[in-house]
Amino acid sequence: MDSQTTYNYKVVRQFTVMTVVWGIVGMLVGVIIAAELVWPQLSFDLPWLHFGRLRPLHTNAVIFAFGGSALFATSYYVVQRTCQVRLFAGGLAAFTFWGWTLVIVLAAVSLPLGITTSKEYAELEWPIDLLITLVWVAYAIVFFGTIMKRRVKHIYVANWFYGAFILTIAVLHIVNSAALPVSLTKSYSVYPGAIDAMVQWWYGHNAVGFFLTAGFLGMMYYFVPKQAGRPVYSYRLSVVHFWALISTYMWAGPHHLHYTALPVWAQSLGMVFSLILLAPSWGGMINGIMTLSGAWHKLRDDPILKFLIVSLSFYGMSTFEGPMMSIKTVNALSHYTDWTIGHVHSGALGWVAMVSIGSVYFLIPKLFGREQMYSIRLIDWHFWMSTIGVVLYIVAMWISGIMQGLMWRAVNEDGTLTYSFVESLEAMYPFYFVRFLGGALFLTGMLVMAYNVIKTVSGARPADAPIPQTA
Amino acid sequence: MTVNDFSFTSNFWNVWIIVLTLGNILACWWLIRWTSKHKEGEAASGDTTGHSWDETLAEYNNPLPRWWLWLFYITMIFGLVYLVLYPGLGSFRGVLDWTHQKAYAKEMEAAEERYGPLFAKFAAQPVAQLANDPDALKIGQRLFVNYCASCHGSDAGGGPGFPDLSDNDWLWGGSPEAIKTSILDGRTGAMPAWGAVLGDKGVEEATAYVLALSGRDADETLVAAGKTHYDTYCAACHGADGTGNNALGAPNLTDDNWLYGGSPGVIRQTIAQGRTGRMPSHREFLGEDKAHLLATYIYSLSN
Repeated sequence: MDSQTTYNYKVVRQFTVMTVVWGIVGMLVGVIIAAELVWPQLSFDLPWLHFGRLRPLHTNAVIFAFGGSALFATSYYVVQRTCQVRLFAGGLAAFTFWGWTLVIVLAAVSLPLGITTSKEYAELEWPIDLLITLVWVAYAIVFFGTIMKRRVKHIYVANWFYGAFILTIAVLHIVNSAALPVSLTKSYSVYPGAIDAMVQWWYGHNAVGFFLTAGFLGMMYYFVPKQAGRPVYSYRLSVVHFWALISTYMWAGPHHLHYTALPVWAQSLGMVFSLILLAPSWGGMINGIMTLSGAWHKLRDDPILKFLIVSLSFYGMSTFEGPMMSIKTVNALSHYTDWTIGHVHSGALGWVAMVSIGSVYFLIPKLFGREQMYSIRLIDWHFWMSTIGVVLYIVAMWISGIMQGLMWRAVNEDGTLTYSFVESLEAMYPFYFVRFLGGALFLTGMLVMAYNVIKTVSGARPADAPIPQTA
Repeated sequence: MTVNDFSFTSNFWNVWIIVLTLGNILACWWLIRWTSKHKEGEAASGDTTGHSWDETLAEYNNPLPRWWLWLFYITMIFGLVYLVLYPGLGSFRGVLDWTHQKAYAKEMEAAEERYGPLFAKFAAQPVAQLANDPDALKIGQRLFVNYCASCHGSDAGGGPGFPDLSDNDWLWGGSPEAIKTSILDGRTGAMPAWGAVLGDKGVEEATAYVLALSGRDADETLVAAGKTHYDTYCAACHGADGTGNNALGAPNLTDDNWLYGGSPGVIRQTIAQGRTGRMPSHREFLGEDKAHLLATYIYSLSN
């Protein structure tokens, strides 16, 4: 099969299947920690099950294991097909799969053991960071190597976004992870104090911007027009929003550090660029949703398209919410509350997970030589479970977050605080329960997906599509 | 020179920030101006660009939606105006000369103007009298729950290392003045470590004597040996009779009220390793008037 006449689907298949597996694992851990917030005794006083250790496991598993696998799978699929050549350096591509899997396994072991750098979304210790760097360099060689040997003159827009994501993540990861090791499991950041915080959130926010936004926009630019059977709405909109998005995202990090020891000029720039980011972000949503113009009827009976289009709606919503939350006066209310958690999940579940799920449903039959998924009805069920799950989750967090913010700042007629911290915590319980329900529903949808995938794949043989020989 | 928000290590960074910031905004501006104009030879609206990928993928070249363009312009104009008014462009302070410090001071001033007279009115009355005023106690309790409860407990019952404020047993004295001093200036209670001086056997003996002081059974010979240690090393602070000394924050050892715990094991540990208790100062943070009401509330719990 390793000839130049077929596309390399093996690595795509591996990552696609693992997207479903890691999705279930990551979301399961999420549901467990959501339950721990309602019933704290669920940690059984075991350090390995403590919220503080499982929370980074959850974020790493959903972002890097689930989201990462989805990005690897789709970028490898898309870059080959839109360049009309077989993936460059098949051996390196295989290394990225096994290397990434090893990273995930090491994370799953080290984080519950309490081995952490304590940098949010960059908790993994230095030996794992080195492995990530190796895998990422291999990824870049495979991806850009394929672009270099393409047989189509123009580079398709999806590849611009994938390319920006791969390059920027390499820079972010290396700069933010720079540390002095003191042992195999412990290192100290090379940056002092406020500079460390700034580097961390420059990394943290661009992980959102380039991993969770640019990468998944690449996915969107292939799978939406493919599934809709319509041309992309506007090429020039692609150009504008691509360059504007990648240049302005870089600045937005300091909005995570409003009203802190970070110098005020940096805070202002973070806010200003977060606001300017609104239009470039929405450019992607417009281009995706308007691609459907003239084919709206397809939404009625194509649940894959529903996943893709609803994901864009959540994308539009959370990229509106983000700039609003970056305004200092709004941030004074929203910061440190559950509102932030709700915002993150409207992006992570509504946008990232749903666009990935839609793309995986598109890919699975093609990778295993089937006409379509085993059950279209079950995809529809999954769609509704996901949608209701996300809505329950984010509405619960909006209410509890805003309530928290208001309770913390409420004062009596004598100027003393009306509520103690514990009182605000007590008020959260009903919403923590609703959040748990929403998360559990989303997870159940993933289990329905797993069943559907197993039924589609079982008895099927891996299929590698031939490369059309005419350019 | 005082370090402030605007001190850069060199003017290079100042210029660097200004150039990059304005450059990025202007580049976005130029980009949308450039792409919103129709160019010679470009596909017309409604036509595809003529490129195709993977058999079916193509692109229209529709114009940028007008409302979206406006949204983009408005955010950029807002950003530029903001950067003129507020600090952001390197060391340029903004024409409003706004800083976090000034904003904070203004808020505090407004609060002082609004609530100051209320607290001043209470501060003019002695604690013992205020302790019967339900309004004063209500405010005192609110302050306590927010500023003190995290260590002393919401019922003021304390915990290991944190004194119980609801009983009438005091480390540093229970008079209104003493309580107020504790709140305003803080306290540091230092019990030295005697392990190295006494040795294991000596610590065991001293422990036995402390147990006997609080009326518990202990080995007679150990108690007798412990008394010698006590008189030599402990009596200076805890007093010859073991009833403690409020001037030093030395606890009374003859009652059944223990700051760190009264089991033989904990007493042994306290003697061998010492203890440091620290009540932070709240003078800067709360001020005299609020401390007065807090002292009133705490005083009322045991009087």
